[in-house]
Amino acid sequence: MTRYIMIADLRRCVGCQTCTAACKLTNATPPEIQWRRVLDLESGEYPDVRRTFVPVSCMHCGDPPCLDVCPTGATFKRDDGMVRIDADICIGCAYCAVACPYQQRHIVRRREFAYGVHATAAEDARFDTRSIAVSTKCTFCSDRVDQAESLGLTPGVDPEVTPACVNSCIAGALHFGDRDDPGSNVSQLLAHSVHFRMQEELNTDPGFYYIAEGRP
Amino acid sequence: MKSSVGRVEPWRQTNWDWRAAGNFIGGGSGTGLLLSVPFSGGADAPLLTMLGLALMGAGLSCVWMEIGRPWRALNVFRRPATSWMTREAMVAPLVFASGGAVVWRGGGALEWLVACLALAYVYCQAHMLQGGRGIPAWRHPRVIPLIMATAIAEGSCLCLAVLAAAGQVATASALPWLAVAALLARAAVLTVYRRGLSGAAPTQSLAVLDGYLVADRLLSAVAVMGIAAGATLAGGRWLLVCAGLAAVAAGWLLKFTIVVRAAFNQGFSLPMLPVRGPGHAASGVRPGW
Repeated sequence: MTRYIMIADLRRCVGCQTCTAACKLTNATPPEIQWRRVLDLESGEYPDVRRTFVPVSCMHCGDPPCLDVCPTGATFKRDDGMVRIDADICIGCAYCAVACPYQQRHIVRRREFAYGVHATAAEDARFDTRSIAVSTKCTFCSDRVDQAESLGLTPGVDPEVTPACVNSCIAGALHFGDRDDPGSNVSQLLAHSVHFRMQEELNTDPGFYYIAEGRP
Repeated sequence: MKSSVGRVEPWRQTNWDWRAAGNFIGGGSGTGLLLSVPFSGGADAPLLTMLGLALMGAGLSCVWMEIGRPWRALNVFRRPATSWMTREAMVAPLVFASGGAVVWRGGGALEWLVACLALAYVYCQAHMLQGGRGIPAWRHPRVIPLIMATAIAEGSCLCLAVLAAAGQVATASALPWLAVAALLARAAVLTVYRRGLSGAAPTQSLAVLDGYLVADRLLSAVAVMGIAAGATLAGGRWLLVCAGLAAVAAGWLLKFTIVVRAAFNQGFSLPMLPVRGPGHAASGVRPGW
């Protein structure tokens, strides 16, 4: 089996938001809709303060709460672990949005542009009328990943078939690959690190891991 | 409205607004009323049933106005295996069909069938709210008995108010006491629900709920005392009407509070903070809790 996951090495992330920009450029999401966000989390009290940058997006959960609640069957999980939405079936009831514990479902109510009333070239090229008034979210760039087999390439290793955010990361903090392959880049990273997943107590089996500490 | 982009601490969800609350309000009161009809002593069952169906219909219309693609609404029937929204949608036509028969041909045994289906409908609604796992105030299992108890209390009090206004409450003399019992049960379930949320919901959510509880206790106390006085005193007909409506208002306010005002998501939290260089990860953070 294949289970695609993403890893964010929090020791490396510098909060530059390049992954956010790459995602917006690739998917042309309207203002205020970000499938990828990098949280700026301040903690502690002076003088012992910390600042942590935390990339978040759809966690592509193994047991996604958004899947069970969807009344239409528009939300589905692929065999490789990616959670997708069929925009032709979705009715935009937003039940999935309130069921997601990671706030990663977005309903785009109308077409809006990043810079005024005219679309940018990327917005025009990527616009899909089917995405209006239905639920949208990060796709793990499945359209790129799906080309891996025909091109003979490996997602997470070869940029052509790797999510745009991972390709864009200037700090090498983001990684993508097959968790079920023990030899994959992500499996090796997880084997040699102290890591966690967000809100694991909810038993959603998130497919997004965070590295907090190295392991010798 | 403040943007949610980049926020870490819990913020109020905006995906389900007053229209979603309207579904729980109309559905709760409507089904509660349909549940009360068999206990109304046969007084005006078609009128009460019609009112119950109208409230349910109003609630469903609210949802229809909220969904992004209303002309695809029939797709809602596609996933009965897991989705409580689908199940709610599947029960609704059965309630309307059997309720329509009561309106057309009168009550009798059919009232009980309508009541059973109404109970199933509100059961689906309660589970539907609990399925919103992104909202801590909704996902707590105690929200299920709360929604059901509120529906029963609202319905019995609305039934009482309608019958009292029509001067027919004498034919259903047990109804005022059933309404009082339902109100007291709802108050107990609400207290248990609120206790269950301590430590299980963000502080902002709890603050909103605590603010509401003051109004709820006041309205519920007025309703209980008003119904008791109206049922025992001669000429207490309008007291029963006012008390019944006060109880209904309390129920509607409760649902609006839970579905809209106290509906904070859980924000983001980290069980540990990263360490750069040598050393160990630090303990985590959970802003807003």
